[in-house]
Amino acid sequence: MLKDIIQTISIWLIPGLILIILSYGIAKKVPVYETFTEGAKSGIKVAMDVLPYLIAIIVAISMLRESGAIELAQKFTAGILDFLKIPIDVLPVMIVRSLSGSATLGLLSDIVSKCGADSYPARLAAIMVGSSETTFYVLSVYFGAVGIKKFRHALITGILADIVGIIAAIIVCRWFFL
Amino acid sequence: MNYIWYLIILVSIICAAATNNLQGLLNGIIDGAQKSVEVALYLAGIMAFWLGIMKIAEKSGLITLIASFLTPIAKLLFPQIPKNNPAIGDIAMNFTANAFGLSNAATPIGIKAMEELQKLNEEKTSASNSMCTLLAMNTAGFQLVPATVIAVLAAFGAKNPSVIILPALIVTTIAFISALVIVKVLEKLSPPQKIPEADKC
Repeated sequence: MLKDIIQTISIWLIPGLILIILSYGIAKKVPVYETFTEGAKSGIKVAMDVLPYLIAIIVAISMLRESGAIELAQKFTAGILDFLKIPIDVLPVMIVRSLSGSATLGLLSDIVSKCGADSYPARLAAIMVGSSETTFYVLSVYFGAVGIKKFRHALITGILADIVGIIAAIIVCRWFFL
Repeated sequence: MNYIWYLIILVSIICAAATNNLQGLLNGIIDGAQKSVEVALYLAGIMAFWLGIMKIAEKSGLITLIASFLTPIAKLLFPQIPKNNPAIGDIAMNFTANAFGLSNAATPIGIKAMEELQKLNEEKTSASNSMCTLLAMNTAGFQLVPATVIAVLAAFGAKNPSVIILPALIVTTIAFISALVIVKVLEKLSPPQKIPEADKC
């Protein structure tokens, strides 16, 4: 029920938003076509401004993924994870979740196909992925776009909130599904 | 950020050396660099579209109108933004798009909000308190229904993938509120923006 309502809104939100913005513009006698192109021009500039920041962060994360660091972390923390009843397959998701969106989705698919779509690891991983954003990507894009070099407390906030999110996911998931 | 970036690369190189996987690491560098350009190109298209639409909303006064409705709430979270500033309207639309899982629309609108905040920012290379709060809202990523994740579960034959909606909603709400609390606490604790030397990141 709730899901249906939210899905309907999600589908209608963008077309509706475009319709409202354009109609309101026409009503206010804004030259919508020229104004659109004027705004669009700045979009291309923003994307190019962001590129150096993207390269810095995406290359570093790609290196981390290829280096085998995550497998090593899995080996070393197996005991603790077992004690906390956290499936070991979910550990990479916990690490990569804040770093790379596409990698996280890849990991989720791996877990779901390996453990089964209705298994506890799959659900825990799904909740972890579904309740978060890729913090480092967001930071580099948003700050990169306006040329901010000093992130101040935004970085620590992002990391701490991700940790809170992971802990919350573990507790809530245990409560719901174990 | 300097230290974190260095740390990620350092750990990668050490681990790759330890697991005898330096070739993989090199591939990672090439793949990563290539992917960055792909992401930027993708962003260029979608960003141009949304910034075009948002420009119309701005010129027609729609964003200021939305902003004037939300000023009381925004005053709480963003005390530094002046009344009826377009940034408030942009932030509201960014949050709405995120909540409905429309990150394609949320990112360009969020960046436009950042540009508005940058106009108000006195120290152009350092993040203002308002920017940090906006980033906290975005990195926490509040989402009503995690549609992509449900699609993945469904694709692998989950009997009832929507069982995760409620727990995910609880988790995302906890994370989002924590992010706002953390950013406001750190705002009080961290040194004022004007003294860049005291700033570690």
